[in-house]
Amino acid sequence: MIIRITNLSKKFNDFTAVDDISFSVEKGSIFAFLGPNGAGKTTTIKILTTLLRPSSGKISLDGCDPVKNAKRARRSFGIVFQDPSLDDELTAFENMELHGVLYGIPKKILGENIRELLEFVELWGRHKEQVKNFSGGMKRRLEIARGLLHHPRILFLDEPTLGLDPQTRYHIWSYIKNMNQKEQTTVFFTTHNLDEAERMAEKIAIIDEGKIITQGSPQQLKEATKMGSLEEAFIKLTGHHIREQSPSHSDKMRRQHQLLKH
Amino acid sequence: MRIIYILWLRQLKRYARSKARIVGSLCHPLLFLVALGFGMGDIYERAGEGDYIIFLSPGIIAMTTVFSSIFTGVDVIWDRKFGFLKETLVAPVSRLKIMLGRTLGGATTAMIQALIVLGITIPLGFEFNWLMLPFGLLFMLLIAILFTALGTTIGSVIKDLQAFHLIMNFVVMPMFFLSGALFPVNGSSDIFRYILHFNPLAYGVDGVRGSLTGDFYFNMPLNLTVLVILTSIILFIGSCIFSRIEA
Ligand SMILES: Nc1ncnc2c1ncn2[C@@H]1O[C@H](COP(=O)(O)OP(=O)(O)OP(=O)(O)O)[C@@H](O)[C@H]1O
Ligand SMILES: [Mg+2]
Repeated sequence: MIIRITNLSKKFNDFTAVDDISFSVEKGSIFAFLGPNGAGKTTTIKILTTLLRPSSGKISLDGCDPVKNAKRARRSFGIVFQDPSLDDELTAFENMELHGVLYGIPKKILGENIRELLEFVELWGRHKEQVKNFSGGMKRRLEIARGLLHHPRILFLDEPTLGLDPQTRYHIWSYIKNMNQKEQTTVFFTTHNLDEAERMAEKIAIIDEGKIITQGSPQQLKEATKMGSLEEAFIKLTGHHIREQSPSHSDKMRRQHQLLKH
Repeated sequence: MRIIYILWLRQLKRYARSKARIVGSLCHPLLFLVALGFGMGDIYERAGEGDYIIFLSPGIIAMTTVFSSIFTGVDVIWDRKFGFLKETLVAPVSRLKIMLGRTLGGATTAMIQALIVLGITIPLGFEFNWLMLPFGLLFMLLIAILFTALGTTIGSVIKDLQAFHLIMNFVVMPMFFLSGALFPVNGSSDIFRYILHFNPLAYGVDGVRGSLTGDFYFNMPLNLTVLVILTSIILFIGSCIFSRIEA
């Protein structure tokens, strides 16, 4: 097991975003981490990738503890964030180059590797342009290309295909699948596109309101819910209501007010 | 080294590409030079203190260095807002190197700004000892590193610009006005001279002015010692804080 999570919790003040979850991911597998908005997916990924410290619980990433040995853990993964993380003032090439240097890719092969990936995401023609002039989809493609540049052992993809057209999604997934097969890359991804999850994932865990509600292969989840597609199974498991996003400050005040009145 | 270099280069590229920022941040020093230089010059000379432009210029050069440095330091806040910070935070390199690359890059751009201002003061009548210029540059560099590191540290702790403006208004501005940059310390009150000793910027301003014009209030070794020690402390504290950032 290349990722092992045991009784992990994360609290933001008095709000529990991740609530005592445990699961593990097998080396070389493609794993989908699914759940409605605000379920705690990104928070879990941030903890695994050393951006947040857990409130309690244990994690292990490629045999080491990201909390105690952050630098070693950081060597084992690559990540495509859900939110933008490019430097808009730099060009596409410069963003890639900076990444390559941070990950210690030798100078000799860096330029060629960048070119290959930028050609793959069809951005080579504009590699000298500042990222701030790019469209949403172009930025997304660049983020993905950057995440793949250093060939990590574990690849975290937080809604990687957000905002991409079906052709591009297909194109990118086939590349990732190929990398997974050739290099034994472990892929840990989230998505709200359940067809994508059904097609790609060998194993799925569904998280809702900070708790893992079920895990298994797409087939197992469909059988357990007696549903024909993963999407239907997902809705059956997580219910029909739309998740309220975490209460904003004014919501909290209103709620407290109501409590006081009663 | 490659890591520090690429992050240093990034700051320079960002600087070179934001023409508006370069021009904008030169407005203040120019305004001070012209308004104070021509407004107060006469009074200063009548008081028998000599040429005000020669006194004022090193102060304005130091001011440019300080403010440019702090502003590039707090770029951390923008990098956090626009997400790029995450990219550096998950990278398998020590955060000290990241902090150093950013700080040296920011300090370099502040030096460029200060040199532009130095260039402007010469036609306005600033005369100085060219042989001592390397020492003047050394002090500018120390100020630049000190305040970029300070800005980066502040930017790592606070998350919004409001808090930053508060710090600017209540800490940095008073520090600047009480540093001896704009008016001579000798003639002022005892209280002012007393607090001057606790103002880190006073040693920087004195270093720049003393080196260029020979007019020291403290002296070269003291200025150097204070600035080097302070810079080391801030770099140390800053990298501790920076290495604990969560995103
Ligand atoms: N820094 C933070 N401070 C306070 N609350 C936070 C913070 N980050 C996340 N949360 C809250 O934690 C909960 C889980 O958020 P998270 O981003 O992990 O959800 P998610 O499953 O990724 O959702 P989505 O599908 O919308 O991306 C949400 O209610 C969110 O508001
Ligand atoms: Mg998310």
